[in-house]
Amino acid sequence: MTTIYSSATEMAQALSKKDISSVELTKLHLDRIEAVDGKVHAFLHVDSQGAIAQATAVDAKRAAGEKLSPLAGVPLALKDILAQKGVPTTAGSKILQGWRPPYDSTVVAKLKAAGVVILGKTNMDEFAMGSSTENSAYGTTQNPWDLTRTPGGSSGGSAAAVAAFQAPLAIGTDTGGSIRQPAALTGIVGVKPTYGGVSRYGVVAYSSSLDQVGPFARTVLDTALLHEAIAGHDERDSTSINAPVPQVVAAAKKLDVKGMKIGVIKELGGTGFQAGVSQRFNEALELLVAGGAQIVEVSCPNFEYALAAYYLIAPSEASSNLARFDSMRYGLRVGDDGSKGAEEVMSITREAGFGKEVKRRIILGTYALSSGYYDAYYGSAQKVRTLVKQDFEKAFAQVDVLVSPVTPTTAFKIGEKSNDPVAMYLSDIATIPVNMAGIGGMSLPVGLAPEDGLPVGMQIMAPVMQDDRFYRVGGALEAALLSKWGKPLLSNIPELGGM
Amino acid sequence: MTLDYAGATTKYEPTLGLEVHVELNTKSKMFCGCATEFGAEPNSQTCPVCLGLPGALPVVNAKAIESSILIGLALNCSIAPYSRFARKNYFYPDMPKNFQTSQFDEPICVNGYLDVEIQTDEGQKVFRVEIERVHMEEDTGKSLHVGGATGRIHGAEYSLLDYNRAGIPLVEIVTRIVPGTGKYAPQVARAYVTELRDILRSLGVSDVKMEQGSLRCDANVSLAPIGSGKLGTRSETKNVNSLRSVERAVSGEIERQANRLEAGERIIQETRHFLEESGQTRPGRSKEQAEDYRYFPEPDLVPVTPDAKWIEELRTRIPEKPSVRRKRLQTQWNCPDKEMESLVNAELLGVVEETIKLGAEPTRARTWWLGEISRLANEKEVAPTSLITSKDVAEIIALIVGGDLTDKLARQVVEGVISGEGSASSVIEKRGLKVVSDDSALMTAIEAAIAAQPDTAERIRGGNIPAAGALIGAVMKATGGAADAAKVRELLLKHLGQG
Amino acid sequence: MAAISRDDVAHLAKLARVEMTPDELDHMATELEDILGAVKRVQEVATAEIAPTSHPLAMTNIFREDVVRPSLTNEEALSGAPAKAEDRFKVPQILGEE
Repeated sequence: MTTIYSSATEMAQALSKKDISSVELTKLHLDRIEAVDGKVHAFLHVDSQGAIAQATAVDAKRAAGEKLSPLAGVPLALKDILAQKGVPTTAGSKILQGWRPPYDSTVVAKLKAAGVVILGKTNMDEFAMGSSTENSAYGTTQNPWDLTRTPGGSSGGSAAAVAAFQAPLAIGTDTGGSIRQPAALTGIVGVKPTYGGVSRYGVVAYSSSLDQVGPFARTVLDTALLHEAIAGHDERDSTSINAPVPQVVAAAKKLDVKGMKIGVIKELGGTGFQAGVSQRFNEALELLVAGGAQIVEVSCPNFEYALAAYYLIAPSEASSNLARFDSMRYGLRVGDDGSKGAEEVMSITREAGFGKEVKRRIILGTYALSSGYYDAYYGSAQKVRTLVKQDFEKAFAQVDVLVSPVTPTTAFKIGEKSNDPVAMYLSDIATIPVNMAGIGGMSLPVGLAPEDGLPVGMQIMAPVMQDDRFYRVGGALEAALLSKWGKPLLSNIPELGGM
Repeated sequence: MTLDYAGATTKYEPTLGLEVHVELNTKSKMFCGCATEFGAEPNSQTCPVCLGLPGALPVVNAKAIESSILIGLALNCSIAPYSRFARKNYFYPDMPKNFQTSQFDEPICVNGYLDVEIQTDEGQKVFRVEIERVHMEEDTGKSLHVGGATGRIHGAEYSLLDYNRAGIPLVEIVTRIVPGTGKYAPQVARAYVTELRDILRSLGVSDVKMEQGSLRCDANVSLAPIGSGKLGTRSETKNVNSLRSVERAVSGEIERQANRLEAGERIIQETRHFLEESGQTRPGRSKEQAEDYRYFPEPDLVPVTPDAKWIEELRTRIPEKPSVRRKRLQTQWNCPDKEMESLVNAELLGVVEETIKLGAEPTRARTWWLGEISRLANEKEVAPTSLITSKDVAEIIALIVGGDLTDKLARQVVEGVISGEGSASSVIEKRGLKVVSDDSALMTAIEAAIAAQPDTAERIRGGNIPAAGALIGAVMKATGGAADAAKVRELLLKHLGQG
Repeated sequence: MAAISRDDVAHLAKLARVEMTPDELDHMATELEDILGAVKRVQEVATAEIAPTSHPLAMTNIFREDVVRPSLTNEEALSGAPAKAEDRFKVPQILGEE
């Protein structure tokens, strides 16, 4: 019987066998959202009408015998940073409150073409700047595992929606870890594809050279199916890779790591990492060895500078990307009482429309780019990027994939780090190097930390355009873990009510 | 005591710098596929990219790259093997992104020159204007200022923005400082812009209409006491909308600065606006500090690396330099300077060259185009070349030379062709305009004229040759101008015993 | 590096067109100093021989043909405008250069 607890793959099978219609499946999820989102607050906008319309269309096509994409009729939650025509898109900010894009992002166009049903837009840290979703201008999202804790960020809403069974699939974006970190903190699978693997056209830009769109799901195979649905070259995105999408679905099904060399990054572990996190990580390594893989220790000495470089590059690019929010063409306008000039209205609007973290990064970025400081800050950060790339290249010369814990800790309490920006930034310490080098990475749930019972994620990384490698390792490890646990990790999640 | 221009240049040495912006005539915009047509309905040629909507991304127009390289080659520049776009960050309502995608330290063309020739007291002199760089950028939207007294910015109640122009490709050509022009600085400036305009036109990369804004010039002027060996502070004058204004703006600035320096005041480095009516410049908005554009490489675009083969192929497309061509034609045609100048100013050089290539006698070709056809064109307020083709004109001239048409008849033929009655020969046929030189037909008319004016005939018989004019006139009138006047005279005088 | 003063932040806020209260300026100055203190360690390894990476992937020459594509309609373009008039975006008076 298909329920909200089924995987996307199971739902797709049921749909194709006509055991359930897409409209029924969509309604199940809309009901779930209604039942639990009051507690979770994963969604900023639920598009019931639009979703039912999409589902109806897919059902009609299926009835007419048309050939459909693998995920046709399956529901999905969309991070509110992607433009969806006619649907409110806020990027978690007041400055875009009420804005309905007149166009679809490429990813949304692809999802629509694939018949995927978009349930609504999910909550996020404002303009993707944050690691907890607490920076949303519309209130934070709660972690379904423990409603007093954050789900991570910036794609916290999408991760929570999947973990809370409000959607089997979700889309997020990842600039410094914003898919992988929430995936780890909510016990689901999240992938940041190789930079350029998925189009950024229609994605509200935060840090252009680091941003990437990626899939969330509860299983590796589901994630792979969604990955293939959204990836591919886009002529509207000059940074999009013009090459075939890696065969990630096939890799996810391989279930075999025999002979693979797996590199453990020395610098991403040890002190500073919660004991239970390290423990589950090491146990997972043992399973990989049991599966025939070889563990190698590698060193990436420049990774310790990656965080600093990220917090120069990202705010710099963001300070420029966010300049367009000036109230002239769209979005919030404040202070236009006829007595003030355009410049003043711009400044008043931006002051009112941007949250604290966004303002902080804009000022930081403006500083790092300003004349006299460019070489010392932005320029130097771009050099660290080269060093991080080189570290990865040297490491991948020795191994097939690299692994580390995704985050130093499990999910932290709401409010715990929100007053200490630098402490918050540290939660991305293991994920940031991946974005800096442009490679891809997966967060795979590998257990619950003994001390708090909260999910732990393992990060699996592969060289540029070799995303299939981490799907292969992830799929195999997931199977081994399932064997070990006897039931999926998410069956441990507390009941949220209803259903 | 105020200095006049002569006085100013006796004491001070001007240094000149020129920045010219060229609007390319590509069909679509620099970074998106919107049309570039002039005069479209407001905001009807915009899209997410050129409106700067959240999520939009630029993609470079290949034709714009080609045009930029052509311009660089025509100006003897080196084409950079590696060039990049950069963001120039500043806020202004006509800038959709509040940064301009331009080029900074890696422009597409560098280190060229253009030689311009001007008339000096010592005869023709050549000045080499060195070109520092040629780079690509994008145009802004257009603002209308509403309310207020003059519709100008100051005192406007609000402004209305049309972004059709935003994103149209611009090429900026920047000269190095031009020293040693002395009092000829205004003429050198004008000659440079003129020659540049002609080259750009011959390349076919732009309409180069200063009045329409597809060619814009900013003039930088500084003064230093003669012999001081130093450089003064420069001012930049914008809003120079014609070649004549270039000359006036430069001389106006030289005068203004000289008088300030004489009065012991310093020159402020500022942007000034040229005022057509007075020929003076006025200050623009004074800025508290120089704008910090915080340039950094555009992360949404990848570098441009034109290969040597492509550059050489483009080089073969560079036509003969207009000034070289003009000299060549002038020598070929043995054409006086004044007439040459008239032809160039009236933009008739091309069509005259064509007409001569089709076999027309050179002097007559020039005379017809500059004379009768231009006269008719001015009456109708159109371009001469839109009235009649070089083929028709060549045909008409051939008939004149062959004796089949008189100038008077030819004018009627021209009129007929212009009215659309057909080709020259068909007009002649239809209107019966061929010269009558058949003796017997003429004799009939002559005898009739003699019969009508017996006294005049007697006077001629008596030796009063000039009196023949009246009878010739009568014959011409009777034949509707189709008679060959010279033949008439010959026959008449012979008949009356004087030939 | 010199400490970040409140005036420095005010200047940056002006460059970024974000009006900030005096309180915010003070707080931001302190926060900025802390963050800069933490991030400036990039200078330790950013030596002269290292080339900067502005792009994760080494792509070049990505162009499009000079072909006209459909634009948004005037209504679509203006759909998000806080104010509009005469088919154009209506904005407060622009005080500055023409």
